[in-house]
Amino acid sequence: MYRSLSTVAFLVENKPGVLFNVTNLFRRRGFNIESISVGPLDDPELARMTITLKADSRVLNQIVEQLDKMVDVIRVKRLDPMRTVAREMLLVKLQTSDPMAREEALKHINSYHGLILDIDAESIIAEVTGETETIEEFLKKVSPIGILEFSRTGVTALEKGRLRL
Amino acid sequence: MTRMSGAEAFVKALKREGVETIFGLPGGAILPICDALYDSDIRFILARHEQGAAHMADGYARASGRVGVCLATSGPGATNLVTGIATANIDSSSVVAFTGQVPIPVIGTDAFQEVDIIGVSASVTKYNIQVRGARDIPWAVKAAFYLASTGRKGAVLVDIPKDVQTSVEDMEFPEKVSFRGYRVQEEPDPRELDWASVLLSRAKRPMILAGGGVISSNASRELIALAEALMAPVATSLMGKGAVPNDHPLYVGGCGMHGTGEANTLLAEADVLLVVGARLSDRTTGLVKEFSPNAKVIHVDIDRSEIDKNVETVTRVVGDAKLALTGLLERLRRIRLEASGDSEWVRRINELRELYIMPEAKGNPHMRGPEVMRALRRSLPRDAIITTEVGQCQMWASLYFDSYAPRTFLTSGGLGTMGWGFPAAIGAKAARRDVPVVDIAGDGSFAMTENNLATSVEEELPVIVVILNNRMLGMVAQWQRLFYGRRYFGVELGKAPDFVKLAEAYGAVGVRPESLEELEREIRRAIEADQTTVIDVPIDPEENVFPMVPPGKGLKEFIMEA
Ligand SMILES: Cc1ncc(C[n+]2csc(CCOP(=O)(O)OP(=O)(O)O)c2C)c(N)n1
Repeated sequence: MYRSLSTVAFLVENKPGVLFNVTNLFRRRGFNIESISVGPLDDPELARMTITLKADSRVLNQIVEQLDKMVDVIRVKRLDPMRTVAREMLLVKLQTSDPMAREEALKHINSYHGLILDIDAESIIAEVTGETETIEEFLKKVSPIGILEFSRTGVTALEKGRLRL
Repeated sequence: MTRMSGAEAFVKALKREGVETIFGLPGGAILPICDALYDSDIRFILARHEQGAAHMADGYARASGRVGVCLATSGPGATNLVTGIATANIDSSSVVAFTGQVPIPVIGTDAFQEVDIIGVSASVTKYNIQVRGARDIPWAVKAAFYLASTGRKGAVLVDIPKDVQTSVEDMEFPEKVSFRGYRVQEEPDPRELDWASVLLSRAKRPMILAGGGVISSNASRELIALAEALMAPVATSLMGKGAVPNDHPLYVGGCGMHGTGEANTLLAEADVLLVVGARLSDRTTGLVKEFSPNAKVIHVDIDRSEIDKNVETVTRVVGDAKLALTGLLERLRRIRLEASGDSEWVRRINELRELYIMPEAKGNPHMRGPEVMRALRRSLPRDAIITTEVGQCQMWASLYFDSYAPRTFLTSGGLGTMGWGFPAAIGAKAARRDVPVVDIAGDGSFAMTENNLATSVEEELPVIVVILNNRMLGMVAQWQRLFYGRRYFGVELGKAPDFVKLAEAYGAVGVRPESLEELEREIRRAIEADQTTVIDVPIDPEENVFPMVPPGKGLKEFIMEA
């Protein structure tokens, strides 16, 4: 599943309606978004978006071309997974009223280099970052403990070394 | 810098773009702009429904190669434009639509006649802009014309809130606008041209498929020269009709669902296919995997995203069609390609052309579509402009009415919008007062926008409507006849209305000829009289359009009869 997940990064004009137009493009052409993350850049007129999706390479090429064609999209690139670092952040609230569960939770959070952000008698909120695959692995591990709720940011990614968007 | 209201700046910006004519229908949210237009010499043509206004702007654009402009108020005015905008955009026609909007402070409150036209039109425009301050109006107008008329042309919508129209500010009028994310690659990459010309020069059975891109980049002459250099047959998509004079010896007709037998057969036999400025929709290709299955496909398009979208290519040339064809010609000349006029391939073209001549129907008491088309052709000058409605009428026009020049065959190819042809004809007439303009119509289609008879008469933009009146939604009836065992559902129109009386009610001329000779006479008279004329031609309701590729079939599986 992870293997077929592709990442497309692109720069857009940071103005209202652009996110709508991007997602509308995906909806209209029947492309499916797995995750999307957006944030402004140091130049406040620009924002960087990262989209992950599952598609064969023909469809992926179409997506890149269609995005590139949009007036408000400045640059688009399909990121090569071998030359990219990709991360996603997870916030998860675990049911830990039982001391055994709490111990188990702490063990997993530790082994995934997670941070504990909040803790009370019933529950723990932890932050874990990693590749999508890692996040999913982690979720699988802690699910027997009891996940009360979680929230994921979607993938954000940068190319390694001298490569740039 | 000059101080003026947003509305005044709007009019000044339009003048700077050279706008002479606007099609539209006013309303509350656009009143300040209407008031400013009152003082200008821009001609305002009042449509009777905003859809008509958008189609008029579209017809104007296609006939003239300039930008067509339409205008509507907010809410229902804006939504009524949508079909027209979508029609123009999918056919890459340069249309700019201006809509009024409720004042900024009430946007988002579901105010009276508020509609989120930016959201609504997002999927059917090349770009849209909501102007948030009067000072942005000159920029927005400039940007709209720039985007609509460059690269792959299309429709742009500009939404202007009422308070933005009235507020007075210091205005600057930019000479140029640019968008960081909008680059047009007109000049093709020489390496792409090299590779494409090598493939073409090695072809034994080369073929060209020309689309609307050839017409919009004024590349007809180059296309013909290339075809002659290669001795390649040229087929067109519906949008490409007229790119090559239809009496040229290498022209083999339209291809696709209602393509000619020769075009569809040759596509199957070609070994290299050069597609120029066509988006290869399903109507053009039939079943994709059987579309020109033996050919290496080369695709020339200014819109990079069209290449490999529907049909896989072996190579591409991204750029303006005229420049690309010029580049290919130069290269072929350099390698001194000499295609022969009596090769096996050329003989094949002629053989097929003769094989698929449609016989004239004898003994049928009704007038028939193909014969009406030939009669029209005989009675019109070579440079007459044809618009079409949608359905059998359109396909007969495409198959049997010969067009001789670009921009003389105008049709809603991509969206297939019934009701397009008549208002588009009015728009074309506004651009080309010097030539006869004829809408080839079905009775169902014409009824959708016939109210614009009032516009044609009042604005003295006389056009001729030839209705192929089968008292049916003919093309749908054809499908029901051929594929649904004649179970006619929702297709019988009956005798209403009486189009002759309808025309007369609007102050136009209405006639009902009973023979082809009479039809020809009426056409000539209408041209002479220069009056809006509706010619109601009764035809056989049972007639089908052939050839036809049944849905889901490959192009060479066309049928010639039921
Ligand atoms: C706005 C719109 N509605 C419906 C259709 C579907 N449609 C395609 S052809 C056709 C029949 C057209 O009938 P008519 O205008 O009488 O032309 P004919 O086929 O009889 O020549 C219809 C309903 C369409 N193309 N456009």
